Amino acid sequence: MTTLLRETLTNSSIYMPTPARIVEVEQFTAVEKWFHLELPSGFTIAHKPGQFVEVSILGIGEAPISICSSPARSNGSFELCVRRVGKLTDALHRLDVGSMIAVRGPFGHGFPIDRFHGKDIIFIAGGLGLAPLRSLITEVLDERGKYGRVALLYGARTPNDFLFPADLAAWADREDVECHVTVDRPSEGWEGPVGVITTLLPKVKFPARNTVVAIVGPPVMYRFVLDELLAAGIAEGNIWLSFERQMKCGVGKCGHCQMHHIYTCQQGPVLSYAEVKNLEEALS
Amino acid sequence: MKILPKHSLKAWVERLRATHRVVAPRETYGQYIFEEIENADDLVLDYHSSVLPPKKYLLPPREDLFAFNAKTMEMSPLIEEIQPTVIMALHTCDLHAITLLDKIQGTGHTDQHYQARRRKTTLVSIECLKPCMDHAFCKSMGTLAVPEGFDVHLTDLGDRYAVEIGSEQGEQLIEGLSLFWEPVEADYDRANQVMAGKWPNFDYRLDCDVTDLPDLLAASQDSALWDEVGDTCLACGQCTKVCPTCYCFDVLDEIDLKLEHGKRVRVWDSCLIEKFAVVAGGHNFRSSQARRLRHRFLRKGKYQYESYGLLGCVGCGRCALSCPAHITPIGLLNTLAQRRRPATEEASSRS
Repeated sequence: MTTLLRETLTNSSIYMPTPARIVEVEQFTAVEKWFHLELPSGFTIAHKPGQFVEVSILGIGEAPISICSSPARSNGSFELCVRRVGKLTDALHRLDVGSMIAVRGPFGHGFPIDRFHGKDIIFIAGGLGLAPLRSLITEVLDERGKYGRVALLYGARTPNDFLFPADLAAWADREDVECHVTVDRPSEGWEGPVGVITTLLPKVKFPARNTVVAIVGPPVMYRFVLDELLAAGIAEGNIWLSFERQMKCGVGKCGHCQMHHIYTCQQGPVLSYAEVKNLEEALS
Repeated sequence: MKILPKHSLKAWVERLRATHRVVAPRETYGQYIFEEIENADDLVLDYHSSVLPPKKYLLPPREDLFAFNAKTMEMSPLIEEIQPTVIMALHTCDLHAITLLDKIQGTGHTDQHYQARRRKTTLVSIECLKPCMDHAFCKSMGTLAVPEGFDVHLTDLGDRYAVEIGSEQGEQLIEGLSLFWEPVEADYDRANQVMAGKWPNFDYRLDCDVTDLPDLLAASQDSALWDEVGDTCLACGQCTKVCPTCYCFDVLDEIDLKLEHGKRVRVWDSCLIEKFAVVAGGHNFRSSQARRLRHRFLRKGKYQYESYGLLGCVGCGRCALSCPAHITPIGLLNTLAQRRRPATEEASSRS
């Protein structure tokens, strides 16, 4: 019998994680690594694109990390892309294949993929934001026939900061996906666009009425991208954003991730612009 | 209703102590704290507010979540089996606070640690007949009466207590005890008299109706008052520690020197502390003290109401008493109400 990872939350304590083994690691950039993790036999993660897990290294602590593999390609295993930015992620980066960590989740609401069916989709990723979006992008591409036109806009700091290079190359090769990338600072040999991510928006011409947009990126990016999308006539309820917050518990109890009345870990991390437009703390 | 003669109170408490841990307000250096009593003589029913609310028995300041061996990855939950506990002499505000905590901890993912404590805890409350301290504003917040939430509720009738039973758990505390008498008509008359006499002893202290609080706070999000008061707030987090409805926590790992055996624990945290909303990489989503203070007040008076249908403030006044910067909820909310009023009147006279 298969046990869903989230079923373990109700067995004893909602704060007890389940062990997971690192089975593959790839260094994407100087500070970002990709981890392929395997759950114990009989466990499956059954997540939705955009959901996250609380990752533990016993003795160090716990941190929320978005799942970057698509639900269809995950099962007893799943993938995370982690930036080395704090105590937990620093320790995680030092672990090799075969090491054990522990996870709880998946938590929160992912992207409402049913509401994307039949629509044109623009994915907008800034930096590490490509990681949570990748779970959605691969899900959409796996069932490509259910959607209209698909575009990916991706901005990184420099050409050396691109994540998932193999995926990016594969997506760029596809005729049914428009791929546009930009960098803040070019390095030698870079011939692509230079500039902030909003400079890529004019490159995609989609009918506003039938377009949904999924955005994940650093806080500073959201306001600028939203201004452009709203000006282009995209409906507020068709713009989906994922919110990063400090999430100590993942289950709506510890209070850290609260923005106004919303516990981001439970009612988020993915919310529509219509839901957050009056929540000052969401977008500043 | 039952009757407990006052001279039988100690005998009842001693009977309870045979089967329960009895926690009650005790006087210590002129302050009152909830603590286990070892002698019925230690019991104080007529007390002014306790320093810490009784939430510490349901959500301890520090609590083990699970034990682990980091080498073998063995993990086991540490859900404390507490002995049956009676919390005595809860004020009505604290009872309302526990009702809110029950709702929050039982909504969505149930917190088993809280539930394990709560299941074994019986609440004996006492009718507040006069204000317990200057800062209390329970009448304004609607927490001066307790229609439900108690297991046993006592009302001081002079030489006796009127005893109401609110649950089966409460029933068990008095079951078969000859200490409790059946009331006579005079007891009902006396109880009604006492209840009628209590209300004038309390003042309404909020300048708006409690039901207007969510609207008042919504309309005051951009008030300059948050900056003004934020400038005086010391970000000590004291108000959240003494608050009977605050439950936010931080999670920490503690491990031995061999980096092998450890525990994951949670400790009380405070949304007024600067790092509370900081994410990895250093961005602070609530970067100023004014915004942190505003968050606390909107959480109490608006967000909790929207999420759980109950206000997050029960008017106990402990935060006001404990604040080294003399920030009081009544002072702050009333200023917001006063500043809103002229603007509204002006607007309506224009239209």
